[in-house]
This record gives sequence, structure tokens and C-alpha cells, in this order.
Amino acid sequence: MSSTSVLGGVVRRREDPALIQGGGRYTDDVKLAGTAHAAFVRSPFAHANVLSVDTSAAEAMDGVLAVYTAADVEHLGPLVAQVPVGALRPLLNNGTVKHVGEAVAMVVAVDPYVARDAADAVDVDYDALPAVVDLKHSLSDEMLVHGDMESNTLISWTGPFGADADALAAVKAGIDEQKSRDDVVVVSQEMINQRLIPVPIEPRSVLADYQIGYGRFDVYSSTQIPSALAGAIGKYFGMALNQVTVKAMEVGGGFGCKLNVYNDEVLVAFASKQLGCPVKWTETRREAANSTIQGRGWIATATMTGTTDGEILGFELDGIADMGAYSQNFTVAIPFLGVFVGSGQYSFPTHWKMDCVTTHTMTTDAYRGAGRPEAAYYLERILDMYSRKIGMDPAEVRRKNYIPASEFPGAVSPMGFPMDTGDYEANLDAALESAGWSGLLAERDAARAEGRHVGVGIATYVEVCGFGPSGLVDLGFSWAEYQMPSAFNGSSLVRVHPDGSATVSIGTGPSGQGHQTTWAQIVGDGLGMDVDRIRVIHGDTEEAPPSIGTFGSRSAAVDGSACYEATQKVQAKAARIAAHLLEASEDDIEFADGGAHVAGTDSSVGWDEIAKAAYQPHVLPEGMEGGLEAHAIFSPGNATWPFGTHIAMVEVDAATGDVRLLRYIGMDDCGNVISPMIVDGQIHGGIAQGVGQAMFEDAVYDMDGNLLSASLVDYILPTAVDLPSFELGRTVTPTDINPLGVKGIGEAGTIGAAQTVVNAVVDALESLGVTHIDMPLRPQRVWQAIQDAQA
Amino acid sequence: MYPRQFDYVAPSSLDEALAALDANPGAKVLAGGMSLLPMMKMRLLSPEMVVDIGRIGGLGDITDNGDSISIGALVTHAEVAASGLVQDHGAALATAASWTGDRQVRNRGTCCGSMAHADVAADQPVAALALGATMVVASSGGTREIAAADFFVDTLMSALEPGEILTEMRIPKVGAGTGSAYDKLGRRGGHTDYAVAGVAASVTCSNGSVSAATVAVTGVGSRPVLAAGVADALVGSDGSDAAVEAAAAHATDGIDVLEDLYGSVGYKTHLAQLFAARAVKAALAAAG
Amino acid sequence: MKVSMSVNGRQVSGEAEPRTLLVHFLRENLGLTGTHVGCESSYCGACTISLDGQAVLSCTMLAAQADGAEVTTVEGLARNGELHPVQEGFWERHGLQCGFCTPGMIMSAVTLLDENDNPSEEEIRRGIEGNLCRCTGYHNIVRAIEYAGAKMRGEEPAPAEWEDA
Repeated sequence: MSSTSVLGGVVRRREDPALIQGGGRYTDDVKLAGTAHAAFVRSPFAHANVLSVDTSAAEAMDGVLAVYTAADVEHLGPLVAQVPVGALRPLLNNGTVKHVGEAVAMVVAVDPYVARDAADAVDVDYDALPAVVDLKHSLSDEMLVHGDMESNTLISWTGPFGADADALAAVKAGIDEQKSRDDVVVVSQEMINQRLIPVPIEPRSVLADYQIGYGRFDVYSSTQIPSALAGAIGKYFGMALNQVTVKAMEVGGGFGCKLNVYNDEVLVAFASKQLGCPVKWTETRREAANSTIQGRGWIATATMTGTTDGEILGFELDGIADMGAYSQNFTVAIPFLGVFVGSGQYSFPTHWKMDCVTTHTMTTDAYRGAGRPEAAYYLERILDMYSRKIGMDPAEVRRKNYIPASEFPGAVSPMGFPMDTGDYEANLDAALESAGWSGLLAERDAARAEGRHVGVGIATYVEVCGFGPSGLVDLGFSWAEYQMPSAFNGSSLVRVHPDGSATVSIGTGPSGQGHQTTWAQIVGDGLGMDVDRIRVIHGDTEEAPPSIGTFGSRSAAVDGSACYEATQKVQAKAARIAAHLLEASEDDIEFADGGAHVAGTDSSVGWDEIAKAAYQPHVLPEGMEGGLEAHAIFSPGNATWPFGTHIAMVEVDAATGDVRLLRYIGMDDCGNVISPMIVDGQIHGGIAQGVGQAMFEDAVYDMDGNLLSASLVDYILPTAVDLPSFELGRTVTPTDINPLGVKGIGEAGTIGAAQTVVNAVVDALESLGVTHIDMPLRPQRVWQAIQDAQA
Repeated sequence: MYPRQFDYVAPSSLDEALAALDANPGAKVLAGGMSLLPMMKMRLLSPEMVVDIGRIGGLGDITDNGDSISIGALVTHAEVAASGLVQDHGAALATAASWTGDRQVRNRGTCCGSMAHADVAADQPVAALALGATMVVASSGGTREIAAADFFVDTLMSALEPGEILTEMRIPKVGAGTGSAYDKLGRRGGHTDYAVAGVAASVTCSNGSVSAATVAVTGVGSRPVLAAGVADALVGSDGSDAAVEAAAAHATDGIDVLEDLYGSVGYKTHLAQLFAARAVKAALAAAG
Repeated sequence: MKVSMSVNGRQVSGEAEPRTLLVHFLRENLGLTGTHVGCESSYCGACTISLDGQAVLSCTMLAAQADGAEVTTVEGLARNGELHPVQEGFWERHGLQCGFCTPGMIMSAVTLLDENDNPSEEEIRRGIEGNLCRCTGYHNIVRAIEYAGAKMRGEEPAPAEWEDA
């Protein structure tokens, strides 16, 4: 396999001409005649009894079409969830609201300005109650978030996976036993992995169009999961799947937060059906902060036990994860994704426990990486602290404890999961060489000699992605609530048209990943067809076969493989047709340059002729059915396990605590690469979000449950001046679980980055006695850590 | 995202604008709109009328008055930052303007608007304080001048009365021996975004000692405020690093330092002292 | 009230409430949906347009304030089917992923290069500081603007990084 591309190198993105000329069609750009606009009345309290909702003033306003309260929609039931552990969200809540921003009423008016005016005119009387915000407070059950539940703890995830209480205790006892050895050190640290707001730059938006008389819904939504939304809408309104079409056209970033069916989507559909006109709602940025899912939100103690010469004997994680007030799509399953990678790419015994608790805050769910960045953060931070404690090069400590390449295929992680392929040491070596590791350390030391606080950090990661096997249904991951019984399959339909052009329809819901280009490359490569002749249809439940959408770095590995297999089926049939037309053996047919060729001859036939023949059955080989299209469903045998090594160099102004990121080196391995350009772009963005968590971003709640960083003024995102150009390289270890050998790259950068930066900052401040600083490493916190260490 | 309804006028003369303000006590003045409009979009502020002064002639210039410089009400941050006159006579203000917001904000937002908005963490008000600026305020009753030191009253509150428009800010021209500087830590780190803490300083040296000094601090209290303790300790000193650092220790004397998301009381106090020293040293270097 | 302005070289006018933001006037009244709304606090830059040649936030202006002005939006950059060098740079150097910040980012870059067609990396980064991108980490946006600068200076752009591989 080529180290750059398995499919013929770089293709400029086909989605770009529209997007760079202002022609991109995002949901809020869609204009249907007679569209009304919704606005929500939201709770300003984290926990309160709603005493009354007076809609009369709003209803009396010019231009207001309707005001809906909980009574109007109670019959629809609560918001569906894939993993319904915990309380489900009421579509509208006029009882006891459970977080700031919870929807209490919905106004529909002729334009969004009037809708907002009317929403402000709805008079809600609240009786505020004390809120549960702190995770340890929640865990204590001193006060219950939901009065009708027995405990705030919804579920506890443990590892090794599948181990019962006795087996878990045995792992723990095994580690504990080592701790008393003379040549063993134990390093332990409580760390916060703070809550984050995903902030795609496009706010969520939905436009529902109920077609009177036809009894059909067209729903346009900024979603990563169009099929699930279609299924949910069908379920709420008693409609067959073929009566609901969801179109997610251009989606302006998702990062997991558009991987939910939201109550607003259901409510806007409800209003459209009630009013008989299209209804649109686009969230404002502050609504997004308070009412679209957030991510992370863990506090945990990591403990590493190992010998003084770098042999790690055990890793323990014990913590609490914040689920927020209600369970939505994945919510409680997110920390479970951490279990998969709880022991990283290492071979040491691992004991892992996370209690998932509910709080009076917005729901948490999948945010880029989703459980895996958190797990990697704790592991790689404590491994770094352990390396410092024993005075060993952190790169060498990692090397010493990796699962060796010789164990693949067939390696099973200490957490109990079979892994596909891996060569961690080769990747580490490539990263060290790329960074010029020893030179980097020398440069750091020279800067320190000048009195500067320069630090170098390294971290490695293994990711699990490409979900996944349809057997996940048996683990509780069924999308049945969305009428998607086994939705983790990939699905693709490839059709060659009579003129020899082709269309691939696929169930992905991309938000910038370049699927228009990648799917066309897969089909083009397989059929020897110019990508300009191939149309890609995605994000459209009417056109595309059912599949669950784009998340969890799954699209290339799963739907891409389905696309590949459908292409192979079309290719096989086309080869028979071409052989027939060329009077050659089917085995000698090769596809390239817009048609079929007989190997070793100059005999060929173009796709126009092959296609024409396909639709004229009388010229086809005897008994061959007409047409030229194929559908494939791909259910992988395992998830995929990408990995990598990241290195950062930082400088800290010790007087202010200001951190500057000087260099960032990534060496990632996602298996085979279809488009190096797109893969690098995914890593760039992933790193930026990891750096964002490390240095800037923080969803700060006060003790009353108010989100203090609800606008972009206070929720600080990295800008161009905060980041350096990234230095990327890659190793290529193809996976054996899909025909493309690709693993997935959407989240890798984020999973690798945060701890790399924190390790670097701690390294920079080592001489001042700093051993740990909780993220984000904003100046105040860094400065305070220095003061505390010096005190 | 959607402001409440309001009446809008865009008069072409100052007199018309003042008359509109007199007739509508609930009116707000709109210049660049970089502070007013975001608050209106979030409905934190909903004036009954907006008086857009953007079409009034004569308010868009930086002019040399001989002994002072006037910065008109419509002069943008970008224009202040790029002005040779301001750089020569009020480097602290030029620097502060160049660090205000981002490029788009600097292209629309106005220096005088920043003064009138009186944000506790803004950059330019402290430069105005340090430079001894004078605010020229018009009303239908005539014109009055307010010293910068009297202008910033409280959080988001200036000395402007209803019916008044800040038509220009005047800063005195300076000769050899006087220099000014501004330094800060931005909320995003470096010089970016609002100040966690920032200090502007203007100093005059003669015969090897500091003969005059004005120092002001932003980001730490309820308003941009003079740090008289620093100035007092500097004047008469030799301007040595030791003298500057000793003076800078008074940066928050008499100021009620307030905690926010970006800094504790202790941190802000420390930063005020740190940047007082850095700004004074830079101002001394500029003074020559 | 009636609002008139030149948009992408065409004189337009329309009725708008005083409170109508310029970005809504462009998107709703004129149907120019290339200019996007990404926040309400004037921090994201997705709504950046050129107003009389300068990059400004169309979400932080009343349509009325732009009366009589010359506005250029992303839709007005390409001429006779020819992409503007900045648009070309974004395409050639993968300067966009989801594309939502892109129109504002491009308008910011166009006005930046109008002022200085040979900016350093630091000047580029400072110049687009007011435009948030959540997808690219800005890396390829910087490369795209470097590409456009080279084109505008009549020079050959540096090869794409993936061409070195």
C-alpha cells in the first residue's frame, strides 16, 4: 500500500466551490414560502418549580401564531434516548425544571424578531429550589436531582470490561500487593477534566415542513444523524419511515453535539403539523451553550504503580462523570467509551471505575473524542508524573510498557478488548525522530539556562472508533427508539446511470469531513471513473439507504467500506458486461481511465457503452439482469484502534502565568489513508480542540447552576494567534477488519492533544515545583500553581 | 440575536442629534456600535430610541490643535492605532487601541465610544486617564469639558448625563522628556481580548529624575482608575528599576480589587503591580 | 424604513425595521445567505463582510447604518466565473472543512491582503484573529492566505504540504 493514499492521491474537495462562493446550503439558508419562526421560553433557574405560565400577552401580540406549553405536547412523551438510563427530558417542562435553559414554552410567529418579542412576553412564575452542581455533592445523594429517583448515580462503569465484582477486586488486590515493594513508587493525583461546550460555528437549526394532504414531513436539520431524526419524527407522529424525509445538507460543524435528536426538532415538527406551515428555529449562541449538549465533565483520581526503573505494575482510575440533568442519545454511554481505552496501548493491569451522576446542568453527551480524551488524559498525565518521579525519559517509560507489535494480530487489551492492529513503538520512534527529540530537549535546556520557562511534553494514545459491529445492540446500544434496529452498520448504494455517470448514495451525515470527495474517490478508484462523473448523495434519508450518520470517526471505516463493497459489486457486473462487449475473458478486464480495458491489449470500452448496454438487456450476456447498481451493508467485526504520539513545546511567562504554544508535532496512525489532505486537516482541527481544552475552554457553572461562560466572550476558543502551524507525520498500520484498511481520524487529534500540552507546561514549571495544574491552563491558574508550589 | 424594537434617527447635524436626545430621555447614542449593539442583541439593553451619530460631519477626524490633539467621536480604534499624531503624543493610547478587540471591531468601534461605554476591563480608558485626556461633551445647553479622571464613574457608567454626546476626546501634546506606554495581560493571554489587568503610564523626566507621572489601572476594580500611589512614589525618584518596582507596588492602593472569571483578587493585584512596573519602564524608555 | 446600498456592485433597496441587523437584511431581504451568523456577541466573525473596503461584522451593524454604503459579500468576489485568489487559495490548500466560517474568513482575508499582499504568518494570524474556525485549527487557512498572497503578487505559491509526501 502507498504510504500516502490508497486511492490515487489528492483530489481537491468537491464540496468547496459552493462553500467558498457563499453557495453552501445550510439549514438556516433554506427558505420555504410561508415559513413561521419559533422561539423558546427557557428556565433561568437550574432547579425550580414552575408555578404558572401565562401566555396571554404573547398570544395577543401581532404576528404571533401560537404559544405552546407542556400541556400541548405531553401526549408525545419525553425525548427519546438510545441508552435510556436516567431521567428523560420532557419536550416542554411546566413541572420542575432541572437546568438553566430548559424549555418551558415555545412561541411561533411570523419572523424571528417577533417570536423573540413574544417569548419574552410569556410570564412564567418560578419557585427556585437549591441546585446540585458539584459532582461530589451529587455522588453523596444528600440532595436528589430528580426527586423520584433513588440516587443521583445513574450507572457505574468498571474495567476490565466484563469483570464481575470478584474479578475487579482481584485486579485491584493484585495492584495493591505491588505497592509495598521497596523498588516501587506510587503516584496519585486527583484531576479535573472540565466540561466543554462543543461550539460548532454553525448553530443548530431545524426547519420542519408538514405537507398538508400528503401527510408527509420534510425536515431540514443541522444534524449528524438524519436517519435517526427521521425515525424519531416518524415515531412521535405515528408515521411510517417512508413518510418522513430528513435532509441535512451542509452542516457547519458538529463535533458530536449534533449527534442527538433534540426536543426542539420534535417541537418544531409538532408546530408545523399543528399550524400547517413550515416552522423554522435556529438557536442563538447562548441558547446553544445552555440547551445543546456539552461534553467531558469528569473528576477522577489516577494512580500509577511502578518500579523505579519504569516497569508499570498497575493503573487505577476512580472518578465521577457529570451526566447533567437528563439522559439524551448516548449520555451515560460516553464514559463507557473511556473503558475501551482505559489502559491505553499498554500492557499493565488496569482497574477503572467511573460513577455517572446527574446534576442540575445541561445534559452531557458526545463531544469530539467522547470519553476517550478523558480516559487518555488521566492515563497519560499520571504516566508523565510517574516518569518524573522516577527520573526517566517519559518516551522511554511508554516504550517499556507498550503492548508489543508482536502481539498483533490478536492482542487483547488489559481492559479486555480485542484490538485490530498496532505498532506503537514504531510510531513513537517516528515521532521522536520527526521532532528531533534529543535536540528538542537540548533546545529546552538552553532556553532554561537563559532563565526562560520552556517545557516539552509528550503523550501517546490509542483510540477506539469506527463503530461498529452490529452486535453492539446486545450491549444496549440499540437505536430502536429511532426506528433503527441495528444502526451501526455502514450502508451504501452505487448506481451507474445510462450515460455512464454514477451516483453513490450513502447514509453518512458529514459536517466538514469531505465525504463528497472521499466517497467519489472510492467509487472512482474502483470503477476507473473520473470523480467528476460521480455524484455523492448523503444526509438525505429519502435518497440514501438507512445508516446512522457521521460520528465516532466511523464514516470511512464503516460506510466507506460499504461504499467500497457496493463499488466492487458494480465493478464485477460491469466486468462481465465489458467482457461480453469486448469478447474477452472477464478475468482480463481492468477498469481505468473512464472505462474497461482488456489487460495487455489496446482493446477497451468506455463507461458510456457499458452503461448503455446495462440498460439494454437484449445485448447483455445471456441471463443477466438489466441495470447497473448495487447496495452493500457493512458490519465490521470489530471497532478500529488508531494510535499516535504527540509532542508539544511551550513557554510560560512565570510572572503572569501566560502559556505560549511554540511547537506541536503529531505522528498519527489511522491505517491506510484515502486523502492525505483531508486526514491532515482532521488532525489539525482535532489538535486545535484538544489545545482548546488544555489552554482555554471551560464551561463554568456557579453553585446555583448558572453557566457563567455561556457566550463566546467568556467561553474562550482558540484563535489563529493562539496556535502554531502544526508539524504532522504519519505511520501506516492498516487495519484488518475492513477492506480499505482504514481506521478513522476524526477524533484522534483531540484524543492526543490536551495531555500533551499539560505535560509540556508541567515540564516547563518543574524547576518551580509544579507537578500538576488542572485545565484549562489559563494564566491565572498557572500563576496560582506556581505560587502554591513556591509557598 | 434580535434587538427589541426602537425608533431610529440618523441626524446630519449635532444640533439635531441633541434635540432628539432631549426629546427622548430613553435614547442611546450609536456611533460604531461595537458595545451598544451586542448588548441590544442580547436584550441586556433596550433603548426606546437610537440616535445614530454616524452621519454627522466633522466628528471623524484626528486634529492637531497646536497644544492638544482632538479625537472625534467617530474616529475608530484602527485610526487611533495608526495615527502618527497619537503615536507621538499618546503612545499609550495608540497601543491600547491596537490591542482593542479584533480587526473587525477596530474598523468599526470608536475611541470615544469606548470611553462612553466605560467598561471595567477596556484598554483605552486607562490610556486616556494616564494621558490626562479631556472629554468634550455637547448638550443642547452648550459644551462642557470633563477631565478623564472625573469621567469614569462606575461599572459601565460615565459622567455623561442624559442628553449629552461625547463629541471629542482631547489629549495634550507632549514634548521631549515625556513618554507613555500601556501594557496588559489579555483574557486570552498575551495582549488579546479585554484586560485581566492592564496599566497605562505617562511620565516626564527632567534632570535625571521623574518630574511628573500619571498611572492608571484597568481590569481590576469597578472602573478604569488612576493609581495615584504609583505616581506619587515615582515623582522625584530617579526612575531606576528599583524605584519603579517600589512605586509599582502601590498599583492597587485605594482600589477595591474585584474577582472575576479571569482573576482572583490576589492575581489581579499582582498583575496590576507587574504591569505598572512594565508600563512605567516602557514609558520612561520612551521619555528618553 | 427604506434602506439602500450597493451590494456586490448592484444598487439595492428594501424595507427594514430599524432594528434589522445588516446580516439579516443581506440574508433575508436580499437572499444572500453566504454571510453567516455564528454568535450574538460579535466574537466569531462568521458574518464578516467588506463595508467600503473594510472588514466589519454585519451582525453588529444595523442595516440602516449601511444605508448608502458599498457592501461586498462572499457572493461578490468571483468575477466572470473566475474565483478570487483567496477563494482559490482556500480550495487549493484545504482552507475549509465545514465551510460555515469560510465566507467571513475569506472576506477577512481579502481585506487583509488588500492592505498588505505579503503578510508574514504572524500578520496573517493576527489579521484573522476575529474569525473563529472550529474545524481547521487555522493551519490550512494560513496556508490558503499565503497561497492567495503569492498569486496576487504574481508569484508561484509554495507547494501544498501533501505534495511533498
